[in-house]
Amino acid sequence: MAVVAVQQLQTITRQTIEDFLYEEAALLDEWRLDEWLELLTDDATYEVPSTDTPDGDPHTTLSLIADDKTRIRSRVAQLLGKSAWAENPPSRTRRMISNVRVRRVEGEAIYVTANFVVYRLRFEQMDTYVGRYEYILVQRDGRLKIRARKAILDLEALRPHGKVSFIL
Amino acid sequence: MHDVASEILISDNVADGLFRVNRRVFTDPHILELEAQRVFEQCWIYAGHESEIPQAGDFRTRYVAGRPVILTRGSDGEIRVLLNTCTHRGSLVCRQPSGNTKSFQCPYHAWTYSNHGELIGIPGEDAYSEAFDRRELALATPPRLERYRGFIFISFNPTIDGLVEYLAGAKEYLDLVCDQSEAGMEIVGGTQLYSMRANWKLLVENSLDGYHAPVTHQRYFEFLVEMGVDSRAMRRTGAGKSLRNGHAVIESAPAPGGRPIAAWAPHFGKARKAELEAIQRQLEDRFGAERAYRMTQTNRNLLIFPNLIINDIMAITVRTFFPRTPDYMDITAWALAPVDERAEHRAMRLDNFLTFLGPGGFATPDDVEMLEACQMGFANREVQWSDISRGMQREHPLPNDELQMRAFWRQWHELITLSPPVQIPARRVTAV
Repeated sequence: MAVVAVQQLQTITRQTIEDFLYEEAALLDEWRLDEWLELLTDDATYEVPSTDTPDGDPHTTLSLIADDKTRIRSRVAQLLGKSAWAENPPSRTRRMISNVRVRRVEGEAIYVTANFVVYRLRFEQMDTYVGRYEYILVQRDGRLKIRARKAILDLEALRPHGKVSFIL
Repeated sequence: MHDVASEILISDNVADGLFRVNRRVFTDPHILELEAQRVFEQCWIYAGHESEIPQAGDFRTRYVAGRPVILTRGSDGEIRVLLNTCTHRGSLVCRQPSGNTKSFQCPYHAWTYSNHGELIGIPGEDAYSEAFDRRELALATPPRLERYRGFIFISFNPTIDGLVEYLAGAKEYLDLVCDQSEAGMEIVGGTQLYSMRANWKLLVENSLDGYHAPVTHQRYFEFLVEMGVDSRAMRRTGAGKSLRNGHAVIESAPAPGGRPIAAWAPHFGKARKAELEAIQRQLEDRFGAERAYRMTQTNRNLLIFPNLIINDIMAITVRTFFPRTPDYMDITAWALAPVDERAEHRAMRLDNFLTFLGPGGFATPDDVEMLEACQMGFANREVQWSDISRGMQREHPLPNDELQMRAFWRQWHELITLSPPVQIPARRVTAV
């Protein structure tokens, strides 16, 4: 479980944020998705825009993923169940997160961006997902929580990947 | 060219109710080359939608039937498809995904073309002989381009039937989509660009396959139950139909995942219910109760031969795909929606699209998985045939039968071998 001590917003350090993101990445790579869910606020969102519209608003633009908390919960339950065939047997993933930047703080919201490379390995094929994360983090009960999590792919198309079947 | 007549590719045994497809059609590079020549260069091929290039000068580049093309609306308002290769030495003349321009200038030697495709500028033109005629060097175009209700098709076959005649029974099903708004339908921004490590014809089958839904998409139906959908709504009835010329459709009702046009589902939220009922009444006024019911309450998965799928289901997706190799295809999927849809309604539509459709949805990734698993299975060359016999002797085939796939395969066979499939006795097919 990612435990990050409460800090004053003014003094929140990049290292604190990095520790949090690395813990999150470990939970996802280890398929500890129930624990990952606990990192999210009750109103959390998870988005992956279409590759040709990286700035697209999911209300007006077709995305790849635009989950509210209900759908995130369902997605996780599916991935931990048996019938999400694209991840049963589960793929191996390995996330490299870097270039973490605390962009600004507005009220309680901490705006963070980071670069990612996620490797997905399955059936002796390796697919590489490259892009950047945009997070909105808040502090709840002494811990950092994710209110919004957007994975913006630099890939021009999901080729040859064909899918985003795990939590990117 | 490899002789395809020497091996039976499809066994169509109507008397015994058995239909078998030789798995070689999914793996053989010679078949892929024949498909390029006899299917993709002979048929009408979907190139795009008028709403993607609404203003004079708008363009989009893409691959159609393996060719880089420019879909443009010229300064004269005319829609064209230009083959994206400089007539001088070959370079792409347009390397942007989309934009608005009066001209395309080749980046190699600056030959310049109008947005009609005419060659209008050659640096140092005085170096060319009198026989050199720039009018002959316009950007090339496919020999045929026709449109039907906003859908733009091209053909490399100059003598092909007109588009409406080609569409045959599929025209009625396109109308059921296009009539959903008096203001017209449009492609929504945002394109799902993905792929499968599988033969393109497996996606034709899969897009029209009611049989796989409760198994492959079990998790989607569980999601609907979580959302409060009555599980009785998942027992669907309907039909699978051939629409001639290889086109086919499955139709079914009720639509448990909801239909943004006017079939409410619990996950749309109560606030949307009255609005959907109002749209239902408007469509009943325009088209009568029966046709309005089909438009709003029944799901349709439509194939326009060979590779255009219009699934009017949890939302409307327009999907096309082209093979690169026997075991790999590129897929492009768009959302189609009424032009005059209110913002909240559009947001609901796009949200419902994503519950099921696309490479991050709760269904499509599992389709990708299944088709890739089929392609892997084909390496077992000892198992020569796939079975597409389901419902072959049923008087009125159901959407979870396979008549609609047989309609595709019969047309495919006729184009590839220039003859209808043979009927061989059951014993010979099943023996390996």
